[in-house]
Parts: sequence; structure tokens; C-alpha cells
Amino acid sequence: MSHAPCRLATGGRIDRKKPITFSWEGKTYSGYEGDTLASALIANGIRLVGRSFKYHRPRGILAAGVEESNALVQLGAGGRDTPNMRATEVRLYDGLTAKPVNCWPSARFDVSSVNNLVSRFLPAGFYYKTFMWPDWHLYEGIIRRAAGLGRVSSHADPDRYESRFAHCDVAVIGAGVAGLAAAREAARSGARVLLIEQDQAVGGNLLYDRRIIDGLEGGFWAEKAAREIADCPDADILLNTVAVGYHDHNSLTLVEQVGNEAECARDPRMPRYRTWLVRAKKVILATGAIERPLVFPGNDRPGVMLAGAVRHYAWRYAALPGEKTVLFTNNDDAYRTALTLHDLGATVVAVVDLRTEAPADLAGELDSRSIPLLPGSAIIQTRGSKSLKAVQVRTGQKSRWISCDTLAMSGGYNPTVHLFSQSGGQLRFDDRIASYVPDRSVQDEISVGAARGAFSTGECLAQGFEAGGASSEAIGFPRAAGTAPQSVDRAESPILACWHIAGAGGKAFVDFQNDVSTSDIALSAHESFRSVEHLKRYTTLGMASDQGKTSNVNALAIMASLTGRSVGESGHTRYRFPYTPIALGTLAGRYRGEIFRPLRRLPAHGWHEEAGALFEDFGGWARPACYPRAGEARHDAERREALAVRNGVGLFDGSPLGKIEVKGPDAARFLDLIYANTMSTLKVGKVRYGLMLNEQGVIIDDGVATRLADDHFLVGTSSGGADRIAAWMEEWLQCEWLDFDVIVAPVTTAWGVITVTGPQARALLAKTGTDIDLSALTHMGFAIGRVADIEARVFRVSYTGEASFEINVAARATEALWRILMNQGEEFGVAPVGIDAWDLLRTEKGYLHIGADTDGTTTALDVGWAHIMKKKNEFVGKRSLMRPQDQRTDRPNFVGLAAEDGRTRLPIGAHIVAEDASGTLRSEGYVTSSVFSPTLETPVALGMLRGGRERLGEKVRLRSGDAMFHAVVVDATFYDKEGARLNA
Amino acid sequence: MLLISCPWCGPREELEFRCGGESHIQRPGPCESVSDERWSDYLFTRKNPKGLHYERWLHAFGCRRWFNVARHTATHRIEAVYAMHEPAPIHLEQGNVL
Repeated sequence: MSHAPCRLATGGRIDRKKPITFSWEGKTYSGYEGDTLASALIANGIRLVGRSFKYHRPRGILAAGVEESNALVQLGAGGRDTPNMRATEVRLYDGLTAKPVNCWPSARFDVSSVNNLVSRFLPAGFYYKTFMWPDWHLYEGIIRRAAGLGRVSSHADPDRYESRFAHCDVAVIGAGVAGLAAAREAARSGARVLLIEQDQAVGGNLLYDRRIIDGLEGGFWAEKAAREIADCPDADILLNTVAVGYHDHNSLTLVEQVGNEAECARDPRMPRYRTWLVRAKKVILATGAIERPLVFPGNDRPGVMLAGAVRHYAWRYAALPGEKTVLFTNNDDAYRTALTLHDLGATVVAVVDLRTEAPADLAGELDSRSIPLLPGSAIIQTRGSKSLKAVQVRTGQKSRWISCDTLAMSGGYNPTVHLFSQSGGQLRFDDRIASYVPDRSVQDEISVGAARGAFSTGECLAQGFEAGGASSEAIGFPRAAGTAPQSVDRAESPILACWHIAGAGGKAFVDFQNDVSTSDIALSAHESFRSVEHLKRYTTLGMASDQGKTSNVNALAIMASLTGRSVGESGHTRYRFPYTPIALGTLAGRYRGEIFRPLRRLPAHGWHEEAGALFEDFGGWARPACYPRAGEARHDAERREALAVRNGVGLFDGSPLGKIEVKGPDAARFLDLIYANTMSTLKVGKVRYGLMLNEQGVIIDDGVATRLADDHFLVGTSSGGADRIAAWMEEWLQCEWLDFDVIVAPVTTAWGVITVTGPQARALLAKTGTDIDLSALTHMGFAIGRVADIEARVFRVSYTGEASFEINVAARATEALWRILMNQGEEFGVAPVGIDAWDLLRTEKGYLHIGADTDGTTTALDVGWAHIMKKKNEFVGKRSLMRPQDQRTDRPNFVGLAAEDGRTRLPIGAHIVAEDASGTLRSEGYVTSSVFSPTLETPVALGMLRGGRERLGEKVRLRSGDAMFHAVVVDATFYDKEGARLNA
Repeated sequence: MLLISCPWCGPREELEFRCGGESHIQRPGPCESVSDERWSDYLFTRKNPKGLHYERWLHAFGCRRWFNVARHTATHRIEAVYAMHEPAPIHLEQGNVL
């Protein structure tokens, strides 16, 4: 570790008592608390920080903030390895490890820099045009591997991310001069204020510009204003927080950087980022402005930087980007950099001003410091392979080379209108500052200060003060007495809009990150990609991680001049969410892994767990697929459980089955409309199976309805339909049949359901003890009573084909009853039954499983329910079933399929195929359910087949992959066709 | 994200709601007297305006009540919230252009 050679001995907002050690490209360097990675690199004299995206040209740090396009680094190691972090935004910490991206083996010796030698053969669209023959896809893989910047870690992201909501009266984005004035004024009125700042400190340009506000030094004024804001009980300041999104109705997305890699590695509870979803009554955009580069040949060499950034590093971090600096500008601001550098003891070689008349007062300031001023001049070329060595200046017809190691350029400032644009606001080109400014608002916001094109401190203070007071006043917080803070500014001379300096040849870069040069824009115009949106897609200008923060306006202006339009006429591309790149984890928050969608547990979960159930996710519930015994395979458990039901008795936990109480004078009339079949004729104490359709006639659910009283039904739905069908009923009642006197109450989770099924089911229930007359409770009957002295609703319905008692008890009593039934059932060989066996049993019986046997096109007619069309009243979906297409007899029908050899299980998804007139195999249907029946000892399959009901007995061929199968079309019921067992 | 004023619960985040699409669609019937064209219109034809759109919303993660919203499809401004049985406030369309 060596002493940082470019660090000034004194000054800067860094804590020299807290030195920090970090590693760059494997070497160790030192910095201070308060540094960013970029400022520490500059202090250590590191100029080459990476290679450009396409040509692999050497690049150095360009800017000092979020707009940085070159200094993208791979940060950290292992799972905490993060690509493409902007060095200008990374706060330095002890042990930080970083390296440049897009270069190998190092930034200095990069193998792919050969691209630069052939760069004139690699214009915009080169890849698409060249690799056309015979097929782009042949080349795509190779090209894509060569492209890209950083590398994504292949480890799971170990970081913790959090998210939260916040509400406020006034959200102020940006804690620069205007933002502080606005937030302080709003907070004083008593409004709830949230001041959001992306930097680690408040002040904006006061951090590196010398200003006097209300008689105080600027930085001191900013700190005082921040303290006054923080002292208000309802105001908060969020530092290190970027407002990345401005969405509808004044909602904002903020991303707050909380812990760095090292802190998160030490403390697993420390979030890396916190995402804020903010709703504000008023939004004040004090987002400042971003400096534009000048476009001239060789403007991308390491050492060419934005003038404001050079001043920023020098003043705020006491880090000098170079020893001999040339300024190149078309406006007054760069003069401040020249004066600051000189006053800090650095050498300013010359100030090159494109304007023929330099401002007299600033010229005088330069003169008093003996800094040469070259008005009416331009830089037309630069020299230096890995670092700037000299610039060529042209004045009139003459040109000469000036030796220097840093070129600080300023092409003026672009108001940061990204969030305003995201909010839906329209922009207008303002010739006064040669850039876009907010014009017409759509949402309840106001832009102030530099974000609105007002660059003087006095204007920023006045606009911020006024907006803060007016915004809070408009929502009912009276303004506190007081006047706007004051600052004395010099009058700025007009900017000379200058978009492109045609120089001595070589590429003049517009977009550093995407390597888009003026010649690419010219090519785009030449090939008629002239609209700004086409320009963007054709050249990739304004894409990638910086989203054209420094390049957009220059590019639009160059395109405008090439096509003979004004900049305002050529328009601009739309700014989109997010303002700066964000980690994907910030979008996920804590909703990852097990809590992404937490599984619901059955009321008897504890017992199932003890019994060693294999749990799976069925529609959001953790349900036992089977209960494998020690050493038993899943398939064997399924077979054993199914045979237990057929030969003795089984217990099935059906608690997730949907239960909806429908009550009221119009309940029967309502259910006649909701079900395809009639429910109003159902007798009290009886149960009926029904299908529900949507308006297309498509089956959306099935289940049984029970009439509890004349005006009271219990609607049973499939487990997956529980929430959906309750919502469906509400929608009809609230939106269509408002005159119906019916209430719908979903009670699914209030009840636990234990289905006792099998030839010994009745015996088990009798032994357990019940006051219900079991002999009178016949198939499709219902009774209320007590089972093992627990209050219960008992339904005789069957999904297995065996006599079944579906016992509903209070959810909290479910596990107790389950244990009693298991104990009492020992002598009958009772077995718990999982979903696997359950599905096997219903398939043997040919019972429809909605969503497995049917899909989003299966109508009631397709499954053999033609009788419903005779129903006199209206029902949902009826009119659609009357359409000729729905009446066709060659629609897919629900059928059974028996393997011809009686041995082979047909694969689910296998297509039933037949040759058409041309001899081509066409699908006529497919297998939807298929099992091997341990009871029948044959394979059993269900499926959909065109005109299937008329084809019973027909032999068909099936195809799955390359395998062919043979089957016979049969009735869907394989087991106990007469229903003797379930009626037993 | 929209801020929607549920008539029962007050202003709530959009993610508590579900949009049910265009409102005020007459369900034709009885079905024997409805032509295929009329039925097809009912099922599939929607207005899709650039401007005020009358749509129904459900406060799904709240009171579970449906209500109508008049929302400008370009600006997302919500100009009115009204009950399911109320007619569309078409007077709001006067001068409500982009």
C-alpha cells in the first residue's frame, strides 16, 4: 500500500482520521471515510478504469454521480459479487474489493481491444447486417458471449432486501439547494415531509461549489437546513436513497442503500437495500441537472472528464484528477472549475471557450491567476493511448497541440427531467439553456431549481422556498412567516449551443457506454432511422446501465441537425423506470424462498407430520401426497392406500374443499343461475352434484350443493375453486342481479373435512359413536349430529366410488377427531389416504377432475351434459352453448380409454391420432388422466376425443413422443358401473 | 400505482383491488331471443377509449365490494367513483380531453 499520490494534503469532506484499505484489480490502496470508490481511485492516481462496451477502448472516470458511464466495476466476491456498479456511487468501506468489467486479463492489457483497431468496420448495425447469411442464429451465441459488461454471480443472492410503504404530504426529491429550501419550508408548516437524497450527504452542488447563502458558507447552510428539517417531528431525510420510479397518482419507488457487502456479510439481518413505496400528496422534483460532454474527436480518452466532476473531486474529496488541466467549455460553469483547481494549487494550462466573447468578469479572474484564456477556440483532437497526453486546439485557422493530462469539458447542463417524464409530464426544448425542461404536468408535482432549468443559486432558493410553502398550503398547512433564503449570484453569460465539433478525424463519442459516435448517428440518419426512437434502437444509443444520462440531448441535437430540424422538433425518447439500475432483489424484497407464497396448513397438519406424510403443494396447501411407510416407494404407498379404501376403510383430509354458505329468500333462484343444472328442486337434507360454467359455457368448477333449509344452501367447490367461486358469486350478485336478496359467506377454513370411505366406513363410524341414524343416511344425503361427541355435519358423497361419509367439524376439532377415528379404525385396517391414491380412485370411477380432464375450452356439452339445455330457466353460460359451434358433434368429448393389451399404462398427454385424407397423422384428442388400477389390475385412462361419445368400442392409436399405443374407446366409468358400492 | 377511493374503506393502494373491466354492459336475455351477434357483442366487444373509461373495480383485499370508477385512460386520473346501480357520469366527458 502506498500513499495516495493525487490526494491534497488538506481539505475535502473526508475523514482523515478514518483511513480505509481497499483492493482494485488485486492491488491494495488506501482511501478515507467519506470517499466513493471513484474518488479513492482518483486520489490514488488510477485513470484507466475499464474498457468500452464495443471497441474495448480504454476509458477513465467521466463523472462524479449517477450519470457515470465508464467506471462500471465488479464489486465484491463470491455470492456478493455484483456486476456493473458505478464506482461514483459506491461508498468506500474497509475491505472493499473491486475490479473493472469488460476487459481481460486487465484494463491495461485487454485482449479484445483488437476491436478498436478494426472499429471503422464495426459501425452501428454491423452485426445484424453482416451475420445474415445463412442465418443470424448461427452467429448469435458467439456474438452474445463477446458482448456484455460485468458477470452475474452464479451463486444464490445471500443478501437481505426489505421493502416498506410510506405516506407523506410532500415528497421532495433531491437535497440540493432547491430541495433543501423546499423541504424546510414545507416542514415548517407542519406537513409530513420526506426529503430524498441519493448522495451520502445533503447539499447538492454546495458540496463542491463555493456559495454564500443567508450570509453562511453554502455547505454550512445546507447542514443547518437539514438539521432544521430533521428537527420537525413529521419530517424525515433519507440519504443514500435514489428515487427510481414516479408512477401513477404520485406514487414513488425509492431504493435506499443500507448495508455494504462487508456489513451484510457480518450481519445476516442487515438489509443491503430497502425499497420504499411512497405515496405523496405533493411531489417536488428538485433533481438538479447533469452536465453534458462536448462531442469532439478523441473525447473518450482516460483523463477527459466533465468539468463539474473535476471540481467535485478536487473540492469535496481533495482528490486531483490531474496535474495539468485544460478546460473546454461553451458556458460559464467550467470557469469555476478552473478557479477552484488553481486555488487548490493545481496547474490550469488553459481555458478553451467556444464562445468568441468570454465573460469579462471571469476573464479577469483568470487573468489575475495568470491562466491563459482562448476564446473562440475548440479542441479538435486528443492524444495518449491509455491516458491523455495532449489536446489539439484550433483558434480560427490555426491549431496547436497543448500538453496536459486532464481535460475538463462542459457542454452545458441538462435538467434531470427523468422522474418528471416518468410521471407523464411533457417536455419542451428551451433555447436559453439548450436543453429540455418540464413543460406540462400531468400529476400533482412541481419541478424546481436546476431540474426546471434554473441554474443560479438564488433562483433555486426562491423556487424551492415557494414550492415548499405553496405545496403544503394547498393541502391545508398554513405557511409559516418568513422570506426565501438569499444568495448573490453573478449574471451568467449565454451558453453557445454546440453539439458537435468536426475535428481532425477519429471518432467523436456521443454515448460512451455504448460506444456510439457521431458517425453512427450519421449512418442511422442516412439509412432512414431518423425518428429518435429508431435512432435509439438502431445504434443502442441511450441504452444500458446509464440510460443515456450524459448522451441523450447531444444525440438528439445531432440527429436534428442532420435531418434539418430543430432539436425541439426532432423530439426525445421517453424516460422510463428505473432512473438508475437496481438490484433484482430490491423488487423481490423479503418475498423469496419459503415466504414467496407461504403454504397453508391443514387443521390436522400435526398428525400428518407425525405419520410421515410426504407433503406437496396442492393449490397453495401443504397436503399429504401419500403416507409412505419405512422403505416404501411413493408408488407403492399410493397402491396400498387405494387398496385399503377398496377393501376396508380410508381416511382422507379434504379440509381445503371449498365451502360457501348461500342464504336468503332468493338463494334457490340464484343457484339455478349459477349452476348449469337445477338446484331449486333439491330437497332439504339432500345433496346434489353440479357444474358451474362461465358465460362461454366452459366448465369452471364442480362440486356438491346441500340444501340445509329452504332458503339456505351449502355450496361445495373444488379445493382450487374455494376463493374463486365465492368471488364469482359476489360479482354476479353485486354487479348483475342487484335485486336478489342473497348473502354469500365463504366458510372454507372454518371447517375441517375428514372423509371416511370404504366398505367398512359405516362400521367405523358406528363404532366411533354417533347420534346420527346411519342406516337412514343414504348416498347423497346429509345429517347434522355428533360424531365422537364432536358437533358435525355429515355428507354422504363419494369421490372414490365407495360408500363415503364426509364429516365436517370445526377446524380446531379436526385433529382430535382424526386421532379418534384412526384409533377406532385399527380393527378395520384403517389407512390415511393421500392425494395420489385419491386421484387413482376417482380415475377408476371416471369422475371428472376439473382442470385435469378439462381445460379452458371444455364445455358442459363436451362432458355429456346435454340434458341441461332442456332446463327452462336461464343459467350462466347457456346462451353460448346454443351457438352452432358449441353444438357440433365432433367437439372433443370426455371418454374412457382402455389399453388394448390390458397391461400398458397410457402416458398422460399422449395424442389419439388418425390419418387424414392426405395420409398425415392428426390429433383427435389426448389422454388427460391415467393410472394402473390395483383393484382391476388393468390400466385405466380418461381423455378427450373428437366425437368420442359416438365412438365407444372403436380402436384408436395413440402417440407419445415416438412411441405408439393401442386402446379402445370405452365408457369413462371403469369401476362399479352400477354404483352398488357407493350406495351400500 | 393508482390510489383508489373505495366507497366503503376510503383511499387504498391499487394492489388491494382487482379491475373487472368495462362496466354498464347490459346482459341480454332471455337467451332464446338473443341473436348470435348480440351475444357476441356482450361477450367480446369493448370500447377501449382514449379518455374517460367507466369500469368496475373490486376491493378484493378489503371489503370485497364492487363499485364503478370513471378513469381517464391516458392520464389515469379518476374522475368519479360511484355505485354499481348508478348511471355513468357522462357529463364528465365534457372538456375532459388530453
